[in-house]
Amino acid sequence: MASDASLFAVFMDGVFLKNFLIVQFLGLCSFVGVTKDVKSASGMSGAVIFVITMSSVVSYFLYTYILLPLRLEYLNTIAFIIVIAALVQLVEFIVRKFMPPLYRSLGIYLPLISTNCAVLGAVLLNVMNEYDFSQSVVFGIAAGLGYTVAMLIMSSIREWSNVVYVPKAVGRGVTYAFFIAFVMSMSFANYFKVIPI
Amino acid sequence: MADNRTVTSEFFRGITKDNPTLGLVLGLCPTLAVTTSVENGIGMAAGTMFVLVGSNMLVSLMRKEIPDSVRIPIELIVIATFVSIVDMVMEAFTPDIYASLGVYIPLIVVNCIVIGRAEAYALKNGVFYSIIDGLGVGTGFLLMLMLIGGVREVLGTGGIDLFGIQLFDLTSIFGYNPIGVMTLSPGAFLTIAVLMTIANYRKILKAMKGD
Repeated sequence: MASDASLFAVFMDGVFLKNFLIVQFLGLCSFVGVTKDVKSASGMSGAVIFVITMSSVVSYFLYTYILLPLRLEYLNTIAFIIVIAALVQLVEFIVRKFMPPLYRSLGIYLPLISTNCAVLGAVLLNVMNEYDFSQSVVFGIAAGLGYTVAMLIMSSIREWSNVVYVPKAVGRGVTYAFFIAFVMSMSFANYFKVIPI
Repeated sequence: MADNRTVTSEFFRGITKDNPTLGLVLGLCPTLAVTTSVENGIGMAAGTMFVLVGSNMLVSLMRKEIPDSVRIPIELIVIATFVSIVDMVMEAFTPDIYASLGVYIPLIVVNCIVIGRAEAYALKNGVFYSIIDGLGVGTGFLLMLMLIGGVREVLGTGGIDLFGIQLFDLTSIFGYNPIGVMTLSPGAFLTIAVLMTIANYRKILKAMKGD
């Protein structure tokens, strides 16, 4: 029943081989939206790591102990989205109370974590891959870390490249971010395939 | 809202000005993830269009009852309901497409287009125009997915294979050598980056003409 992948393999999968942003295209809105500078990218990544890990834990218990015994598996999408929306609300309260500058710089993107595909994607992939509890938690953390790696690389490149010439039709917005993502995904696809796991 | 809107103007706005990919830049995850072929793109867009029309309709019907402070959770639940319907229908009737779309079908829930249209349009407009808006934006999404899927499939495999029928095959006619990486993630990023550059370039040209 359960997947027999080792925790290390699950971790490497989450961070590199199945990197959410570069390989699986989950959470692209924030990838091109909040990567103009490193500071907001790292704030966003921190929030995402927290929400993904927490929702992996909560949704595992919800799925295994409530939905499965009641034969309500088909409701999993609805149940998970409610859990995630509640968790995001919690994170929003915490950040607003204790880190007001971060709250201002994250702006609209904090409530939008609930509609960030990365979070729901991680939770759904846990169910699809039939991960047990420890695998689910490790995959959640790894997915968050992989998200952070990609966000930090992207935002550093974009911050640095404020001083280089970019054609007008490309600009410094979304289009430019996609060209950077293209180059990044080439390296991700080639480097990490050769690591034997 | 202006009163001079017509059914056709509302419909075509979803394809041109409010085009999900090039105009609004929303719903990028499925746009890139499932466009390895035209067929997957059509399957994904059909599912999304159904959810768009359904959620626009229901949210618009309930727009006077929904309290402002909890509107996002309510919209999410409405959308998740329609996505569950799509999920089950596609699993039952188109198992091949369902298998290749995988996790991206339930992920229509968090597609920014759907919640974006519910927020920006259905909450403020009547049922009829909300349905038209859903159809228009859905069609714009369909055209974009077919375009991106077509570019990637032709460059990546050398031909287009649609529902079991091979439309054409460049490899046998011109001896074309397929660029396999176009069907992987770099190809997706490159295709959308080039498309956006072309769209920006046209905008710049238009602005110069207007001056």
